[in-house]
Amino acid sequence: MERADYERLRWRCIRRALLELDITLTRFLDGGEFEKLNGDEKQAFVELADMEDHDLWDLLTGKAEIDDPRLAHIVALIRKS
Amino acid sequence: MSIPVLKFDAVIVGAGGAGLRSAIQLSEAGLKTAVLSKVFPTRSHTVAAQGGVAASLGNSEEDHWTWHMYDTVKGSDWLGDQDAIEFMCKKANEVVVELEHYGMPFDRTDDGKIYQRPFGGHMSNFGEKPVRRSCAAADRTGHAMLHAMYQRNVKANTQFFVEWMALDLIRDEEGHVLGVTAMEMETGQIVIFHARATIFATGGAGRIYYSSTNAFINTGDGLGMAARAGIPLEDMEFWQFHPTGVAGAGVLITEGVRGEGGILRNSSKERFMERYAPNAKDLASRDVVSRAMTTEIKEGRGCGANKDYVLLDITHLDPATIMKRLPGIHEIGLQFAGVDCLKEPLPVVPTCHYQMGGIPTHYSGRVVMPQGGDMNAVVPGFYAGGECACASVHGANRLGTNSLLDLLVFGKSAGDSAVEDLKAGRAHRDLPKDVADKTLARISALDNRKGGANVHETRLAMQRTMQDHAGVFRFSDLLKEGVSKILEVEKAARNLEIKDKSMAWNTARTEALEMENLIEVAKATMISAEARKESRGAHVRDDAPDSPEFPNGRNDAVWLKHTLFSPADNSICYKPVNMQPLSVEPVELKTRSY
Ligand SMILES: Cc1cc2nc3c(=O)[nH]c(=O)nc-3n(C[C@H](O)[C@H](O)[C@H](O)COP(=O)(O)OP(=O)(O)OC[C@H]3O[C@@H](n4cnc5c(N)ncnc54)[C@H](O)[C@@H]3O)c2cc1C
Repeated sequence: MERADYERLRWRCIRRALLELDITLTRFLDGGEFEKLNGDEKQAFVELADMEDHDLWDLLTGKAEIDDPRLAHIVALIRKS
Repeated sequence: MSIPVLKFDAVIVGAGGAGLRSAIQLSEAGLKTAVLSKVFPTRSHTVAAQGGVAASLGNSEEDHWTWHMYDTVKGSDWLGDQDAIEFMCKKANEVVVELEHYGMPFDRTDDGKIYQRPFGGHMSNFGEKPVRRSCAAADRTGHAMLHAMYQRNVKANTQFFVEWMALDLIRDEEGHVLGVTAMEMETGQIVIFHARATIFATGGAGRIYYSSTNAFINTGDGLGMAARAGIPLEDMEFWQFHPTGVAGAGVLITEGVRGEGGILRNSSKERFMERYAPNAKDLASRDVVSRAMTTEIKEGRGCGANKDYVLLDITHLDPATIMKRLPGIHEIGLQFAGVDCLKEPLPVVPTCHYQMGGIPTHYSGRVVMPQGGDMNAVVPGFYAGGECACASVHGANRLGTNSLLDLLVFGKSAGDSAVEDLKAGRAHRDLPKDVADKTLARISALDNRKGGANVHETRLAMQRTMQDHAGVFRFSDLLKEGVSKILEVEKAARNLEIKDKSMAWNTARTEALEMENLIEVAKATMISAEARKESRGAHVRDDAPDSPEFPNGRNDAVWLKHTLFSPADNSICYKPVNMQPLSVEPVELKTRSY
């Protein structure tokens, strides 16, 4: 991932509407979990980070489910982190 | 160096509830309006508001705006200006119904009216018994509000500048406000927004504290910009601590939980609020509940290994009701406390939540400051609304659900006043020659400094200092020490160093710039808190206890006045509270008890 792309993504993760997501996503990025992902997984993470805060939070807390297995896989990784 | 200039009728900094509400007024009046935001509008922190918005619609039971006004004045511990409070409470029904017309999906009663829930501090008939006044859209009230208003703005051709950070307010020699300097994050480019009207709606600054319910974005940028431009900050000693942040994480458990029947208990499972607030009990106003919780913990009746939290119990409620009316709560318990709240009570502590003070405004949304003997002289071209502003309706303590109302009412009135002033002929004034010099100097200092302070460490030092020295309970010696400590932190904050010098998406630079705003707010808070030698609302001092002469430690003879902190020389002056409502009799001073 290009530096600018990563930094844009990081800004969109460390400045969310919900504190819950600030904490969870910042931990995932700055804790090195994101670095371990392969290219496709990183792309899937970017798609998740684009979601509305409450929708993403519902996924991360298991209140809602997502059909796309690529995204579901990343949700599971974030929940474990 | 030549800097691009973008010319608008109005520039609004902030795309949360207040900014979007102002923008509707301006754009629908046909004015060319720019809205700047650090994040996409519907990522603004208003999204986090779950509990609802207050309006005395009387849909569930009899209610009246004068009762709402009484609750707000009492909640404010009589520090709120009664003209502004009347204005807000009277306008509540209008702005809520407008929102409904914008498409806000409020919860409904069976007969199709807006459903209203009970909430802490909402009482009928001048404090007699709880009344249902809060209007909500499930647990997504703020989110639904922003979506409805964003769509309305798109239709009205508001121009959004997303992921742009405003850096400094532009004021000319005569004190007129002419716009802002701002940075486009994607390129790092600095641009001047030259406007006939400038509206600040930048939200709160709760990140000055270590334990906070506020998202990371709440860095008080509007207050920092105003302070650097010589505008004083009002009543900054007053911060509301939310009684129920998840112990250890800060994540908020909405007051609606107590509204629906949640009970606070100590280590012996006692419902301790019965002792502190016999009538309202767990629904007493926030500072009363926070103080009671802190007292329980301080007197050894806290829970857990360190006896440092109390319990919020909803295990007696019908699980179906919890899941329907309070769906987020179950998940928060599991995720941040490891507790299933249907079976076990949740660990909670008082946590910094809301800033009552801010940029001083009149209820018309115009920014005011002392000038030539007038304590409330208008700063021409400058308006503010929402959490960054101080109208002052929240006074020493805000009632729950009154801030969503504040941003609707004062967002709208700031917009209306700007429209009025522009229609009356306010023109673009010439930009000063040195218009962006200060901004450019700040950026260049950050980029070139060697051996300066680390941003993360400086922020942590500030947050610890604020938490330990100006928390929910305040002590004279700690406040004094806090003042010298925060002035030390200020030196570091003025000497920050960043390693990353790139132009595009330089989040290190952005965070350093935010830090320069946070410190202005922290300093104003600490110095104002040290100076106010009484207890009032959310400002509770150990050396101003409850006594027959000064019930609750409040001393109206000396302290019934607003603080105005001037950042340039760290000085304080005071201005009177407006006790005269617009059309009704004043709510007379009395002891605040629930
Ligand atoms: C968890 C939580 C729950 C709450 N629940 C309720 C509730 O139920 N009822 C209630 O009445 N109140 C509630 N509140 C309080 C209420 O949500 C806030 O006071 C209110 O939403 C603030 O709105 P605002 O428009 O002033 O600011 P925000 O919504 O915070 O918006 C600020 C805007 O300013 C922008 N901005 C900031 N600085 C800059 C800059 N330098 N350059 C460009 N843009 C900038 C941001 O990007 C954002 O768009 C709650 C608060 C929290 C934290």
